Amino acid sequence: MKVAFDVVIVGAGPGGIAAATAAAEAGKRVCIVDDNRAPGGQIWRGFDQVDPKKYPHGDVYLRWTSRLRKTSCEVWTGWQATDHPAAGCLRVERDGEIRDIRFLSLILATGARERFLPFPGWTLPGVTGAGGLQALVKSGLDPRGKRVVVAGTGPLLLAIAGGLASAGAEIVAIYEQAPLARLILFGAGLARHAEKLAEGLSYRRKTRRAPYRTSTWIKRVEGSGRVERVVVTNGRKEWTHICDWIACGFHLVPNLELPRLLGCRVVDGYVEVDSLQQSSVKGVACIGELTGIGGIDKAILEGQIAGWAAADRGAEATGAARALGPHKRFARELDRAFALREELRGLAQPETFVCRCEDVTYAELAGCGGWREAKLHTRCGMGACQGRICGAATEFLFGWQTGGVRPPAFPVAVSAVTPKVDAPNPICK
Amino acid sequence: MSGRIQIIINGRPVEVAAGTSVAAAVMMAGEACRISVHGEPRAPLCGMGICMECRAKVNGVQHQRTCQMVCAAGMKVVTE
Repeated sequence: MKVAFDVVIVGAGPGGIAAATAAAEAGKRVCIVDDNRAPGGQIWRGFDQVDPKKYPHGDVYLRWTSRLRKTSCEVWTGWQATDHPAAGCLRVERDGEIRDIRFLSLILATGARERFLPFPGWTLPGVTGAGGLQALVKSGLDPRGKRVVVAGTGPLLLAIAGGLASAGAEIVAIYEQAPLARLILFGAGLARHAEKLAEGLSYRRKTRRAPYRTSTWIKRVEGSGRVERVVVTNGRKEWTHICDWIACGFHLVPNLELPRLLGCRVVDGYVEVDSLQQSSVKGVACIGELTGIGGIDKAILEGQIAGWAAADRGAEATGAARALGPHKRFARELDRAFALREELRGLAQPETFVCRCEDVTYAELAGCGGWREAKLHTRCGMGACQGRICGAATEFLFGWQTGGVRPPAFPVAVSAVTPKVDAPNPICK
Repeated sequence: MSGRIQIIINGRPVEVAAGTSVAAAVMMAGEACRISVHGEPRAPLCGMGICMECRAKVNGVQHQRTCQMVCAAGMKVVTE
């Protein structure tokens, strides 16, 4: 099946919704595709099921989604972008059905995922990402009465702990690996973003009974078949907590698979874009976390810029682009404040699995010279997640360069990419 | 999330709020999702459709990303 739009947007988070709204309001035929069951991305996940006004950023969600609904934009949820079979064409898949969407402009708003680092016990059931546990709770997981240790790094840890506490979890402790001095510097810089500082403090109030410790990280998780306790350290001493769940993520990394598949130039881990969000590939814009982890405000502004640019509204796009400076600076400051400490490279033990899909240990990988060699010799990164989890880990652990995305950019059923054969196959019968 | 629905996890009826993801339902039922290639139980990690650890058989279809699926009344989920 083939369909055509002026502007196709991948990702229905805040940035994608802002881009779609800007382009559709300017009269373009627009389609957003997203593999989630509802629009909203991660920050607005589950907002279609609750009263958004009771949650952070809920008013912004209501404003943008109501604006989007007034346009003719089509929102395709549950569709996964898998391939770019020809210029101006995006291939998407849902439940084994394939569609090719033709476009004049493509805006990639695929957001970010958490960075995970391997430590002993990280594969036990009950260890999730920090954002991962938040997403699961937003999807109906009941955290009431569960003892949760929140750990890793990034500004989201406090937000996540606050959200879990509001939902009834018992936050045992919050452990941030970054040193306090860097966070104070970062906090001082937030004077320009007063609302972000206020947001952070409001999350802290919700978890005030739980200790928040900096320069502290998980050393290992123990349990028989599931999480029972966690050993944490500040490099000088170790201590243990009994808990049910570990919510641990090490800040965010952009979902670069589609930009890389399309050939967009990536510099220092982010897609390189010009002042109107255009990538090195003509007709392909990238916005939001793809160009720097900067959160919702940056994503919405970049979305509008790309949406207007795709709708030939150069003046509006250029005008909006003038306001981007502080958001880009905020993204750089985040990366600096929550940079990973050296000690984390030593957490994985020789027998610790680094690649969870194929159960490849640290010892197996330590003998490899690079990502490609590791794939060939150990199957690291060759499993179902296609290196999405272990790739970012090996970049940090070994300094490897991953990348080199080939279609399909996401696993699809063989039946979805092979022609239907009416006659039964005598060999496979 | 209004109303409650029943799904079947490993042959056992489980009641969840309407709108709950299959992964969340499996976690609340105290089950892991898949068995790793070395035989370890694995459960959801990323919660957002990236890591593939939450794969399970849903209504007879193998390898479904349960964190991206919503429970439907009578749905049959089989973990490994």
